[in-house]
Amino acid sequence: MPGDMIPSEFIVEVDHQRCRRCKRCILNCGFGVFDFQSMTTADSSKCVACHRCVVFCPEEAITITKNPLEFKEHASWDVNLRKAIWKQAQSPGMMLTGMGTDFPWLNVFDHILIDACQVTNPSIDPLREPMELRTFLGRKPDKLDIKARGDGEFDLETKLESNIKLDVPIIFSGMSYGSVSLNTHRALAVAAQKLGTVMNTGEGGLHEELYPYADNIIVQCASGRFGVHSKYLNAGVAVEIKVGQGAKPGIGGHLPGEKIGREVSGTRMIPVGTDALSPAPHHDIYSIEDLRQLIYAIKEATGYKPVSVKIATVHNVAAIASGIARAGADIIYLDGFRGGTGASPAVIRDHVGIPLEIALAVVDRQLREEGIRNWVSIIAAGGIRSSADVAKAIALGADAVGIGTAALIALGCRLCQKCYTGKCSWGIATQRPELTGRLDVDWGAERLVNLVNSWSLELKEVLGALGINAVESLRGNRERLRTLGLDVTTSEILDVKPAGM
Amino acid sequence: MDRHRVPAACGLSGVISQDGNLIEGDVIIESMRVIHDRGNGLGGGFAGYGIYPKYRDLYAVHVMFEDPEGRALCEELLERNLEVEAAEEIPTTPSEKIADPPILWRYFATPRGEKLSAEGREADDFMVKLVMEINMTVPGAFVFSSGKNMGVFKAVGFAEDVGEFYRLPEYAGYTWIGHGRFPTNTPGWWGGAHPFNILDWAVVHNGEVSSYGTNKRYLEMFGYQCTLLTDTEVMAYLFDLLIRKHKLPLEVACTVMAAPFWKDIDSQDTDRRHLDEALRMTYGSALVNGPFAVIAGFSRGMMGLNDRIKLRPLIAACKDDLLYVASEESAIRQICPKPDRVWAPKAGRPVVGELKGDV
Repeated sequence: MPGDMIPSEFIVEVDHQRCRRCKRCILNCGFGVFDFQSMTTADSSKCVACHRCVVFCPEEAITITKNPLEFKEHASWDVNLRKAIWKQAQSPGMMLTGMGTDFPWLNVFDHILIDACQVTNPSIDPLREPMELRTFLGRKPDKLDIKARGDGEFDLETKLESNIKLDVPIIFSGMSYGSVSLNTHRALAVAAQKLGTVMNTGEGGLHEELYPYADNIIVQCASGRFGVHSKYLNAGVAVEIKVGQGAKPGIGGHLPGEKIGREVSGTRMIPVGTDALSPAPHHDIYSIEDLRQLIYAIKEATGYKPVSVKIATVHNVAAIASGIARAGADIIYLDGFRGGTGASPAVIRDHVGIPLEIALAVVDRQLREEGIRNWVSIIAAGGIRSSADVAKAIALGADAVGIGTAALIALGCRLCQKCYTGKCSWGIATQRPELTGRLDVDWGAERLVNLVNSWSLELKEVLGALGINAVESLRGNRERLRTLGLDVTTSEILDVKPAGM
Repeated sequence: MDRHRVPAACGLSGVISQDGNLIEGDVIIESMRVIHDRGNGLGGGFAGYGIYPKYRDLYAVHVMFEDPEGRALCEELLERNLEVEAAEEIPTTPSEKIADPPILWRYFATPRGEKLSAEGREADDFMVKLVMEINMTVPGAFVFSSGKNMGVFKAVGFAEDVGEFYRLPEYAGYTWIGHGRFPTNTPGWWGGAHPFNILDWAVVHNGEVSSYGTNKRYLEMFGYQCTLLTDTEVMAYLFDLLIRKHKLPLEVACTVMAAPFWKDIDSQDTDRRHLDEALRMTYGSALVNGPFAVIAGFSRGMMGLNDRIKLRPLIAACKDDLLYVASEESAIRQICPKPDRVWAPKAGRPVVGELKGDV
C-alpha cells in the first residue's frame, strides 16, 4: 500500500529551456523541494507555495500551480476534511497548523462601511491640515482636579499614572523569539523605534542585544515564564501578562527542541534542545483574584509601569474584560479568533473563540456600562489586515490595534502556514542559521516602517473624510459606521446601524 | 419621534450686560431678524437669564406636552418629586407663522427635601435625573428648560416669529441668546429646536458634531441620555459634566472641547504642556470634533466658542459693559451700531462675558 495517500497540493514546474542551472532554487527552498541531477528537478509533494524560489529565480523559470487534480465533489465532505482524515489515519496525532484560521468564517470587518462628510460638514484635507494620531495606552483618571491659580494659569492636582505614548495607534503584536528569528525581532524593534510605537516580545524573553530598544518594547510574561527575570521585566515600557492567544484560546504552546539553539536557550533560560512547553493556564492564575496578585507583583517589580493583560476573545469576553480592568490591568489586549500563531492544533485554531469585531464591541460596551472605560486601554488584534480594519476597530472602541501577521507579510511571509516546521524559507519563523540570515534587518525594518506609514496616511485620509482631525474622535464612534449584509442580531450586538439608517 | 440624528446649520446671536443691566427681549429678536436667511423656518429659539426674579431660587421647569394625558402623567411625576410653588401656562400669542403649538407650561419648583435625603443627591443632580426621566419615559411630555431664574423658549418657525409667539418683549434679562435653525430634513419637532438646556446651561449651536458618537457614548457613562438626536444636546451635557460635575474652570472645559493641537501643546512650557496633555489623555472622548460655533449661556455669564480649526463663523464685539457674540457682524450692528471693538475669536479660544456683581 502507498505510504502517503495525499496528492501534492501544488505542482512545481521548471522550464528547462529557461533554467541556467544556477541552483539558487535549491539553496533558497527551505522545504527541500529542489534537487539537481543533470538538470533541476522538483518534488512537488514538499512544496508549500512560499514562492521563495520563484522570487529568487533569475530566469523566471519556475511555475507553481495548484494541483488541478479533481476530487469527487461533496458538499459535506470538503477536500480538506478528507485530507485531514488521510493524514490522521496514516499517523495518529493532532493536526498542526500555523498562522490564523483559513476557515471561511464570515468576516465582520468586511460587512462594515465607513461614513464621510458631504455638504453639512466639511471634510478635512490631511495634506493641508493637521491630522492627529497620537495615542496613549494605559489607565486614565475618571476626572481631573484643576485649580485656577489666579494669574490665568492652572494647577493640575491629579497625578496621572504612567502611559505609553504612541505616535500611531498601531503596535506590533507579540511574536516570540524562538518562534520567529532574532532578525525578525531586530527588524520589529528598529521599526518600532523609527515609528514611535512599540513591539511586543511575545513569550520567549528578549535577547540582550535588544535591551537598548526599551522605550519601544512591551515585554511579555506568559505561562511558561520563558526568559522572565527582574531585568527583563524592566526592559520595556510595559509588561504584558499573556493569558490567551486568539489562534489557540485555552491551550498552551509548544516550541520544539529543534528551535532551541544556543541563543534562544540563553534568552529563554532553558537548556539547548529541550522542548519549550507553555502550560495551558498560568499555574499561579486559577482565578481573577490570582490575576490581581500577579498584576500588582509585576507593578511592584517595575515601579508601576502599565500592565497589559492579553486574552483570546472567547464567548464571555465582556465579563472577563471587566474583571481584568477591576483586577488592576491598565491595558486589555483582545486577540481575535483570526489571530496568528507559530503552531496550533487546527481544531482549536479553526473552531474556538469569537471574532475580534464582536468581542471589541461588547467589551467596550460593558466597560462603558460600568463607567470604567477610562481605567483601561483596549488593543484590538487578531484579524487586522488593512488600514480600513484599523479605522473600523477604533470606531468600534479600540484605543490601538496590534498587527502580527500583517507585519510578517511585510517581511516576505506568503502565509504558507508552515511556521511550526521551522523551515521558513523567508528566514522569519525559523532558527536554522542558513535561513535566518536571509532576513536583512535594515531591509525588514524599512518595509515595516513603510507599511505602518502607509496605513497611517490612509487612516488620516479616512479621518479627514469623516471631518475629524484627531483619532480620539473616532474612538468608539460607531455612529460613523454602518453594517451591510449582516443579520439584525449581529448589527445590534455591534451597536452599529445597518446602511440606510 | 424621528430616530435619525439631524445635521443642521444655523444662525446665532447672544448678548450679555456684564453689569447686570436688564435687556428687553425684543433686542435679541431684532438681532436674529437680520440673519433670517441662516435659518429655514424649521426651528428657532431663545434663552433669557434673569427673567424670573420673583422665583429666582426655584427651578423654572418649562415643559411641552403633546396632549393632556402627557401633562397629567408628567404633573404627577413633578408633584411626587418637587414642591411646586407656582404653575402656569406659558403666555403666547397665537400666530399663523407658528403652526400646531403643543401645550406649554412652566412650573417653579424645588426638589422635595425627603426625596433628596432619600436619594442622597444634591438638588442639581436630582433635577438632571428627573429631567432625563421625564424625557425618556413620559410619553408626550418634554422638559425643555430647567434652570433657575432663566428660561428657554423655542418652537418650529423662524427665530423672530418664535420670539413674538412667546411674547419675549415682555421679558427682560441680563443675558439673551438666540438661534435660527437650518436643519437638513424636516422633523417638525419643537424639542429639536435650540437652545438646548440642562439646569442653567443653555446652548445654541451652529455646526455638526462629527464626533457625536464618541461624545454621546462618553456622556452615557455619566448617566446622560442623549434623547434628542441632535449634536447640540451633547454640547450642553458636556458643559454640565465638565464644569458643574468635574468642576473644571470654564477656560479649561473649552480646552477639552476644542483641544489645542499636539504640535502647539508640545511647544509650551512644562506645566502647561503637562496640563494640556493630561486633558487630552483624560478627556479625549469629550473633544468636540467637526465644525461648530456655539454660544452658551449660564447663570453668571455667556460664552462663545469655535471648533479647533474654526470651520463656522463667529464674531464678537463689545460696547461698554455689553458683550456680543454672533454668527454675523450684521446681527451685532443691528442692535449695537457703534461697538467699541469688533473681532473674530480665534479657533478653540473662548470669548467669555461674566457678571461683575450680583443681580
